[in-house]
Amino acid sequence: MSAIAALREQAQSEFARAGYPTTREEEWKFTNVAPIAEAPFAPAPAVEPSRKAIEPFLFDGAVRNQLVIVNGRVSKALSSISALPKGVTIDQSNDAIAAVKSAKSSLPFVAQNTALFEQAVVISVAPHTVVEEPVHILFVNAPGGARAIAATRLLVAVGEHAQITVIESYAGVSGDGVGFTNAVTDFVVSASAVVNHYKIQRETATAFHVAATFVQLGRSATFASQSLTLGGKLVRNDVFATLDGEGAECTLNGLYLAGGDALVDNHTSIDHAKAHCPSHEVYKGILSGRAKAVFNGKIVVRQDAQKTDAKQTNKALLLSDDATINTKPQLEIFADDVKCTHGAAIGQLDDDAMFYLRARGIAERDARDILIHAFAGEILDHITIDAVRAKVESAVFAKLESL
Amino acid sequence: MLLEIKDLKVKAEDKQILKGLNLSVNPGEVHAIMGPNGSGKSTLARALSGHPGYEVNGGSVTFDGRDLLAMSPEERACEGVFMAFQYPVEIPGVNNAYFLKAALNAVRKHKGLQELDAVEFMQLIKSKAKLLEMDQAMLSRSVNEGFSGGEKKRNEIFQMAVLEPRLAILDETDSGLDIDALKIVANGVNALRAKDRAMIVVTHYQRLLDYIVPDFVHVLSGGQIIRSGGKELALELEAKGYR
Repeated sequence: MSAIAALREQAQSEFARAGYPTTREEEWKFTNVAPIAEAPFAPAPAVEPSRKAIEPFLFDGAVRNQLVIVNGRVSKALSSISALPKGVTIDQSNDAIAAVKSAKSSLPFVAQNTALFEQAVVISVAPHTVVEEPVHILFVNAPGGARAIAATRLLVAVGEHAQITVIESYAGVSGDGVGFTNAVTDFVVSASAVVNHYKIQRETATAFHVAATFVQLGRSATFASQSLTLGGKLVRNDVFATLDGEGAECTLNGLYLAGGDALVDNHTSIDHAKAHCPSHEVYKGILSGRAKAVFNGKIVVRQDAQKTDAKQTNKALLLSDDATINTKPQLEIFADDVKCTHGAAIGQLDDDAMFYLRARGIAERDARDILIHAFAGEILDHITIDAVRAKVESAVFAKLESL
Repeated sequence: MLLEIKDLKVKAEDKQILKGLNLSVNPGEVHAIMGPNGSGKSTLARALSGHPGYEVNGGSVTFDGRDLLAMSPEERACEGVFMAFQYPVEIPGVNNAYFLKAALNAVRKHKGLQELDAVEFMQLIKSKAKLLEMDQAMLSRSVNEGFSGGEKKRNEIFQMAVLEPRLAILDETDSGLDIDALKIVANGVNALRAKDRAMIVVTHYQRLLDYIVPDFVHVLSGGQIIRSGGKELALELEAKGYR
């Protein structure tokens, strides 16, 4: 039996044994996955949405490498890859998954994914290869009329001194059914390699999205990620980054918007395993209605990780009285010569700023929009690809309108 | 008459601050309001601008024949009432030029004028920036964020220059300014004096009035105006104090 087949078998029995997590578990204390666990999911159907249906989620004209995966299967018809240099391959080699960090994870949803995913997407960048143009991987969830699960698996393996920008997006094509995306992603960033990552989640208002992202950083490697959560009814993002070489640098930023009775949970874990590594983290949320958010930011500094410089900030804007957030920094520091800072700020729009804008003639509604956009802008400013930023920004503004 | 305040009573944090204030201002006039700390000077400025923390519980304010107190803060601004803040607010993430364009176009729209496009707006603010010796870089920074005290006050008068109000209320604009910054701000204010524009200059010190020479000086004490006179009254107050 191949390594991946054995892994799948093991994951299958592991998930069958343990099942979905409950709120009795510390990591799931504030996130009740009962809406997912209460009824089984069928495998997402083999369908091909029209190009028109997914166009809003593509970056046509600006990004020339776009791979579209529908319900966990690559769609050749909807994909277009035309600007990859030599040294970069994108294929569906499931075998590669057996060797990466996610394969060793015991998380229930990761086990479920390992048991279920059909085709992995594996992006390999050879050492010293600079991929000038970004690569966009669009995962489309199209449940049709069913209650259906799509397990998506992405691996980005980047060789020494190589560089790539990966846009990982999740979109939903609406139907009467309920889509559940179980996403697992690995980044293996070798020594001195640079990875810019954008995760853009824009699934439908009824969708479930549970994702785990594993990042392994070598010596002097750089990983910078902007995660945007704009859709879904229940969203859980886990990020596990390991700074496993001296001088590695990791940035995890996030912006999430939720209204109605949606729940967005971001759990991040940054493991400083080696010395001289900086990490930066800014997560911001905008909540309205009865939306709930969870932020858990874990930073581990191992005994050998001297001169660690870790900064974490978590801010949330609550636009209604009924929106709630549970936020928790979790610092575990075993080295003595380190800098670790964390801060959380939860609140409403600043009354003084509101009055200042209105006192200059700006209507109350517009003043409110200006301040909310400014709050989101701190994260959006990190999107350095103009066309992507413009499209994401209008998606953010459209979502804000609906809050 | 541009502004007529009759028997104005204002409460802040459940304390009666203004206890029947009367003041009439004609177009083109500059009125200085002086008085000791806690006399109600800033309360008057903030109540006129519609600050939600100040509750009017008596009297009337008529601006160009209309009931000012019935208007929202933004309506007052659009009608031409401008308050230069004593403590300008820092707004991270909101670009200064973007903010000012939104404000100017809101005011223009209210007046039935066409909104300015980006090019027209930049031309306008460049000429106004010169007046206040504003560094262009300040325009692309976030509103007041990281500005020095002097830069903040200069930014207030710059906004006034762009918005061209009919009534400008300067709330302790001189506080926290060194003499060089004070001169720049005063020069800016003087350049904006016009026969169709009135100003109310609220200050604790006579110093500002060396540079912005008022037509009338009023002494506010205990929530009422207790004395009024010409510019020489300021000098007398400086010599003898507020007693």
